[in-house]
Amino acid sequence: MTAAVIVDHVSKRYRLYHERNQSLKASLLRGRRARYEDFMALDDVSFEIKEGTTFGLIGENGSGKSTMLKCMARILRPDGGSITTRGKVSALLELGAGFHPELSGRENVYLNGAILGLSRREIDALFDEIVDFSGIEQFIDAPVKNYSSGMYVRLGFAVAINVDPAVLLIDEVLAVGDQEFQNKCTDKINQFRSEGRTIVVVSHSLSSVGDLCDEAALIEHGHLVKVGPAAETIDHYLSEILSVDPATLGIARRSTGEIKLQGVELLSINGGAPDVVELGETVTFRFHYDVKESVESPVFGMSLTSSEGTLVTGTNSKEQGLSTKVSPGRGYVDLVVPRLLVAKGRYHVTGTIYDSTQKTPIHEVGNLHTFEVVEGALRTSGITSLGGVWRAGA
Amino acid sequence: MNQLREYYERRELLSNLVLRELRSRYKRSALGWTWSLLNPLSSVLIYWVVFGVFLKVKAPIGDPSGQGNFVLFLLCALIPWNFFSNGVTQSIESLVVNAGLIRKVYFPRELLVASTIGGLLVTFLIELGVVITVLLIAGNMVLPWLPIVVLLVILQTLLVLGIGLLLSGANVYFRDVRHFVNLLMPMLFYSTPVVYPISYVPVNWQVAGRSIPLRSIYEMNPLVQLVSAYRALLYDLTFPSIGSLAYIAVWSIGLVLVGQFVFNRLDHRLAEEV
Ligand SMILES: Nc1ncnc2c1ncn2[C@@H]1O[C@H](COP(=O)(O)OP(=O)(O)OP(=O)(O)O)[C@@H](O)[C@H]1O
Ligand SMILES: [Mg+2]
Repeated sequence: MTAAVIVDHVSKRYRLYHERNQSLKASLLRGRRARYEDFMALDDVSFEIKEGTTFGLIGENGSGKSTMLKCMARILRPDGGSITTRGKVSALLELGAGFHPELSGRENVYLNGAILGLSRREIDALFDEIVDFSGIEQFIDAPVKNYSSGMYVRLGFAVAINVDPAVLLIDEVLAVGDQEFQNKCTDKINQFRSEGRTIVVVSHSLSSVGDLCDEAALIEHGHLVKVGPAAETIDHYLSEILSVDPATLGIARRSTGEIKLQGVELLSINGGAPDVVELGETVTFRFHYDVKESVESPVFGMSLTSSEGTLVTGTNSKEQGLSTKVSPGRGYVDLVVPRLLVAKGRYHVTGTIYDSTQKTPIHEVGNLHTFEVVEGALRTSGITSLGGVWRAGA
Repeated sequence: MNQLREYYERRELLSNLVLRELRSRYKRSALGWTWSLLNPLSSVLIYWVVFGVFLKVKAPIGDPSGQGNFVLFLLCALIPWNFFSNGVTQSIESLVVNAGLIRKVYFPRELLVASTIGGLLVTFLIELGVVITVLLIAGNMVLPWLPIVVLLVILQTLLVLGIGLLLSGANVYFRDVRHFVNLLMPMLFYSTPVVYPISYVPVNWQVAGRSIPLRSIYEMNPLVQLVSAYRALLYDLTFPSIGSLAYIAVWSIGLVLVGQFVFNRLDHRLAEEV
């Protein structure tokens, strides 16, 4: 596989000014530029991102993740080493895109499109899709300074993802959107991946990095600590770095790394299109996991969330009295649903593994899987179906 | 040459940025574009009253046009001067003003300087159109001279672009640059024959028993040549000397080259310093 991004011994130095009064007088008096110290934000970092994969950058605040992404986007120029990218790069950095506050959403879409190298005609063709995806048709002619931060990110993301980039860089912005938009983004990112494009995400949400990314790199104080499969990098982060600092352990509880959910498979007896289930059909949710250390009777939990973000239902294996010891290696548990009685629409599956006390989640993945329920013989209105049968009276 | 190709390749973006410039300039102002004509009108009024009426500056009779109107004399130089002065002061600020864009997306940053000047060039051309119409009404048949006026406009745009490139990067590192230029601009204005004819400048100046060739020194300023060339074409209806056109061209092209060179050096750390 070819590399979409090659980071080759990259170093980036910032200047930390001791007294930053950019004044000529001060520097003339001192005989040179304002006094500063060099600060290595990135120090000899090298890794490759394969084409068609999703890559995560993790690390503590100030470790250099955004700096890395800005170097990839060519906004910053590395002081040492080089970065090679293949194809068009589009970036969505902290706090959204480079919009002009006084101009309307529409004008900004055209401006940003032009910055990303599109011609007017190309943007014309994409415009409806962009506005549609952002979901802010109503405000498209209002100046963006009046947008809420969520709307800002929506439009920024819609532009960045619809301009047909080969490499998409996302820095910690999607969390601003509401649940509906986040689901939309997850879907779009999945579609993006399946089209063989490359995505680089910076995120503090380890569960979403574990969820989205194939590989990940851990950066600490500008140094590359680890790069490799996402799960391994996250484990390394949790055990090696977060354990040192108890203050940040809040995130660590999310996954202790002993056992990890790998994914869900939907098995239906009719065997129709994958991830499309007919209302009332029998389906099996198969949760695949990977165990590092044996866990005494873990509890498996799952919940369904509708595309609007409503929690539809949840269940766990303890309620059903399932008790099983898992030993290192891969395995799976099944949740058999005799009749799936939720109304038509898209649903997201959240998977959780607790220890036997059910207090500590060992691993939780927010958006493990998405599937669609369609109507067949059985129809319903509202959010669920009773699955009942009408009979005529005597 | 590389830079030329870059400008050409990103012309779509350049025109977009110019449009943005034009659109945002008079956003939320009731008079909108009328302002771009009201501003020069008010300065013409002031200079006419102060210099033409109070100080009795006499416009020389145009040769061969025979024109002697002080307001027309003023307009032919003031409108190009305004383009120069606004172009320099605004393009110096163009990077700082667009910090949000520079920090978020990559594109050749010199386009910000170029588009700021591009926006002003549009206003300049409109104003020039108005002036030409007025001149035609006043009986100055300027039409045959227009191709050379266009050449002058191109040279002047390059001159402004060169200064903009040279100073806008520096202004990111030292915000003093802007204040310094604001200080310098009125000096330049009065050392350029806009509100008075060049004949008012003594050829020789006697100081402490020595004779200083003041006029020759004065004429070394490329702006003097530029303004005089506009005036020759529009007011006098004669061809400016080839020497002075060449002098302007050397300055313009030289400044663009130097400006682009300096800009490239400073471009390195723009996104983090701005
Ligand atoms: N323009 C700048 N000038 C000086 N120092 C900077 C500049 N930008 C970033 N830094 C420093 O570089 C370091 C890395 O910053 P960076 O934004 O890359 O961190 P990060 O990993 O993205 O952090 P976070 O998780 O908080 O977003 C920080 O110590 C920061 O203070
Ligand atoms: Mg960051």
